[in-house]
Amino acid sequence: MITPTRVVIGLCLVVPFVAMLWVGSYDRVDPTFIGIPFFYWYQMLWVPLSTLLTCVAYVLVRREKAARRAAAEGGAAR
Amino acid sequence: MNDGVNGVALAVFVFFFVLVTVMGFLAARWRRAAEADNLEEWGLGGRSFGTWITWFLLGGDLYTAYTFVAVPAAIYAGGAAGFFAVPYTILVYPLIFTFLPRLWSVSHRHGYVTTSDFVKGRFGSRGLSLAVALTGILATMPYIALQLVGIQAVLDVMGVGGGESTHWFVKDLPLLIAFGVLAAYTYSSGLRAPALIAFVKDALIYIVIIVAIIYIPIELGGFDDIFSSAEEKFAEKGGSVVPAADAQWAYATLALGSALALFMYPHAITATLSSRSREVIRRNTTILPLYSLMLGLLALLGFMGIAAGIEVENGQLVVPQLFEDMFPAWFAGVAFAAIGIGALVPAAIMSIAAANLFTRNIYRDFFRPDATPAREAQVSKITSLLVKVGALVFVLTMDKTTAINFQLLGGIWIVQTMPALVGGLFTRWFHRWALLAGWAVGMLYGTLAAYGVESPTQKHFGGSNDTIPLIGEIGYIGLTAFVLNLLVTVVLTLVMRALGTPDGVDETTAGDYTADVGDAGVREELPPATKAP
Repeated sequence: MITPTRVVIGLCLVVPFVAMLWVGSYDRVDPTFIGIPFFYWYQMLWVPLSTLLTCVAYVLVRREKAARRAAAEGGAAR
Repeated sequence: MNDGVNGVALAVFVFFFVLVTVMGFLAARWRRAAEADNLEEWGLGGRSFGTWITWFLLGGDLYTAYTFVAVPAAIYAGGAAGFFAVPYTILVYPLIFTFLPRLWSVSHRHGYVTTSDFVKGRFGSRGLSLAVALTGILATMPYIALQLVGIQAVLDVMGVGGGESTHWFVKDLPLLIAFGVLAAYTYSSGLRAPALIAFVKDALIYIVIIVAIIYIPIELGGFDDIFSSAEEKFAEKGGSVVPAADAQWAYATLALGSALALFMYPHAITATLSSRSREVIRRNTTILPLYSLMLGLLALLGFMGIAAGIEVENGQLVVPQLFEDMFPAWFAGVAFAAIGIGALVPAAIMSIAAANLFTRNIYRDFFRPDATPAREAQVSKITSLLVKVGALVFVLTMDKTTAINFQLLGGIWIVQTMPALVGGLFTRWFHRWALLAGWAVGMLYGTLAAYGVESPTQKHFGGSNDTIPLIGEIGYIGLTAFVLNLLVTVVLTLVMRALGTPDGVDETTAGDYTADVGDAGVREELPPATKAP
């Protein structure tokens, strides 16, 4: 079943693929960061970014699961 | 490279090597159970390892000779193209997050220990299960070979063996010794050896990484200088700091193909399945990416090698040589030990995982269903030796100057098991025979295409990239073969469905794929890889 939460989870997991596989979006030297060309620091920047996105997905998955459990128990109690 | 033996570095290196060897043999006694002669004891360390040690092992798997030697070497030789390892390790985690919790659940409901077990249970096909097992064993060999190349590079720089003019036996002798030590302690101690050594290894590696990525750039005058000398070298000898427009397909397909391949390796699956719950798997995918950052910084060592003026024929030597030039001798010894042991431990873990796969899914399923536990342990031990001999064959016959190729070759093979495994986790629509045919086509195409790649140094298996049919760009053969595999699988599934060919028996149910710890029928601990007494 597609819920808004699941769409967000899916997006969090798909975005790194789009960013990393679209090489044309980052194959540049400028702007450099402490002398490191854009190409390199941009990709390394994506390590914490993708970690953050995975964290969001993790929290949402947990929350959704808890909600589902609560709903199931509520249903059983009635 | 080979300008005499570096005495101090060698002494420090030998000290650590002897230390871990002694630990390796003593490990046999560590937390030992009364009964040690079965596969559970040898292959899974009696499974007394908690989540911590398990994830320590898995995290440790990421720091191998691949990180320390092969990736910087690729950067040293060609620049940007080698940096695909960073997007590769970024993409691994969303994939693990999506796929492996389902595998964990179904495995803990049904007691599956390998991917081959799952495929057999899901599709009711012994043929498909055998294909998955064989692929896992085959693909592990070049990956182990890469580790051996890493050890050899360190020894070469220290002035022991290697070199171009020496006799072939003298040249390969240190490699053979390192191989012998690895084989001996894995044989006698099983998974206990790498688990205990992993602590020493990780401590050494972290110290070396932190020192290297701070100290060396400062010594070389900062990244501005480093990259401008790299540009000078590439302008002269080929390569580039930023990938050219025609190299973008290769870059993206290498990253994606490698990411798909990583978590299918037998050793990666073993480690994941042994985590405590499906939650733990997801939680770890939010922590482990920090390893990728270190990988990126280590990759830049390739550029630092250029800036430091290192001229080596064999790119694999660049990082060890850089360490020798930049560090005081004693710390160079520590760094060499970190690389050497960092290659040894994953090699041991990989060979054990492959051996378990053989014993459980080939020996027991096809030859001796009634073998005694002691017999099974014996078979696993011997197989782990044979797998390493197979790896040695790769080292001795393939071109070692582009070691990253070893890992990519393994990837071409292992990723062909993905439609059966990941497809099976989400849908039962694929037909077992179609999956088998798709696998065969993918394996055949991948192997032939890789065989046909010529490099300046060898006629066959010279690289892992080839023209992608229809698209016409250069790309990773593994991914092309995977797409072909998938196409064949889909088309033949449609044909099988039209013909009404029966499916195999599926012993799993939809609920098995989402079950977690505490749900009915979920085992906290998986059964031993083979029956224990």
